[in-house]
Amino acid sequence: MIAIVNYGLSNVASVENMLKRITRELIVTTNDPDQIGMADKLILPGVGSFDRGIANLHDLGLSDAITYAVKVKGTPILGICLGMQILSLSSEEGRLPGLGLIDARFSRFTDSKIFKIPRMGWGWVSFKTTSALTKYGNGMSRFYFVHSYFCAECDPLQVAATCSYGMEYVCAFQRGNIYGVQFHPEKSHRYGQALLKGFIDL
Amino acid sequence: MSLCVRSREELTRLIPCVLLLNGAAVKTRKFKMPEYVGDPINIVKIFSDKCADELIVLDIGATVAAADPNYSLLEALCSQASMPMCYGGGIRSLKQAERLHQLGFERISVSAYALERPEFVKEYARCFGSQSIVITLDIEWSTLLRKYIITSHNRKRKWDLSICDALQRFQDLGAGELVISNTALDGTEAGYDQKLIQMCSNNSLLPIVPLGGASSVKDMQNAIQVSGASGAAAGSIFIYRKPHRAVLPNYPTHEFE
Repeated sequence: MIAIVNYGLSNVASVENMLKRITRELIVTTNDPDQIGMADKLILPGVGSFDRGIANLHDLGLSDAITYAVKVKGTPILGICLGMQILSLSSEEGRLPGLGLIDARFSRFTDSKIFKIPRMGWGWVSFKTTSALTKYGNGMSRFYFVHSYFCAECDPLQVAATCSYGMEYVCAFQRGNIYGVQFHPEKSHRYGQALLKGFIDL
Repeated sequence: MSLCVRSREELTRLIPCVLLLNGAAVKTRKFKMPEYVGDPINIVKIFSDKCADELIVLDIGATVAAADPNYSLLEALCSQASMPMCYGGGIRSLKQAERLHQLGFERISVSAYALERPEFVKEYARCFGSQSIVITLDIEWSTLLRKYIITSHNRKRKWDLSICDALQRFQDLGAGELVISNTALDGTEAGYDQKLIQMCSNNSLLPIVPLGGASSVKDMQNAIQVSGASGAAAGSIFIYRKPHRAVLPNYPTHEFE
């Protein structure tokens, strides 16, 4: 059973719709800590502001459920966009700490006339390691990005992919069963489908 | 300002725009004479299968009717889309916006209401983040006033606000993007008003996307590479096929695919 965590800020429908196209596994959208505990895989999507996301997870009792499932049970988790930020230590976007499951921190892009903020658009992603995320990839991969905050610091051993927008930065990280992607695989056609398929296969 | 430092793939945002009226997909000409062009669910599926970069869905009847978005139809549209989706038409509350996000729309476009109550933009950005709010400005050249003017409600209302002031205002309020919809060029395939696009991109830090008048993919690429737009939207050239203007949703294949 794949659980998509619904904490009130996520575009769960998009993730659900794409997953339904690539797997027959049961997909559940939930904010029930018990279901999160029972899931074989977790997806943490997200659109919105960092503090609100963290606060919602705490209020719903989900931050503990997620941390337990991921650290103790070893459940694979994929954080998408805001979800990826939430897995990290902190973000300049908010004051609350992240879940701290990945040694990374997020900062705001610097205002620029050429590279406008938020970054909105497709971009090439360069994967640094072979992993579930690259299993079905076919060489160069393109994904859709929408964000103003980016991963500015990351433990080098946890960097999974980089991309470029005025400068190179980390757009995917991984630490064992914990994955985070800055871009939106659920909005990236066949590239996103390939990535999600690799994650589902774990 | 030099655009040559940006890599080619960053410049790719060719965005089909699908108009809805009473649940059907339509195409207009200068915001008038809506012509039926098909089942919107099927059209969205076609654009998704063809790997369109993004899609904008605008309900052109919603604002005037002061109606809620047609959620069940929009849900069906999103279920067919594997690319980013933006919806506009009759949005007046955060509650509506939240519902649309839950359905699967990445972004919301606000037009008339952003002019009526600009603070809504700030409230929205605080709640959902700047990147998910787009302001669509319906703009036309007024030969009488010898300047560009902003309209709303299908050109029935005119606003006493200069384009530059509007750009600054919405930038300050936290909008994520501005769609410059040229009402006089709508449906004409006569070519974008590149000067208007340049003026807007030179006077705003926000991404600018033109809509209305695109004559070809090259015209759209010029808007991006020469006039400074961040993406380009079009209806007619993606819905109709020349020379007989048959309805045939189409989308160019990227060179790298």
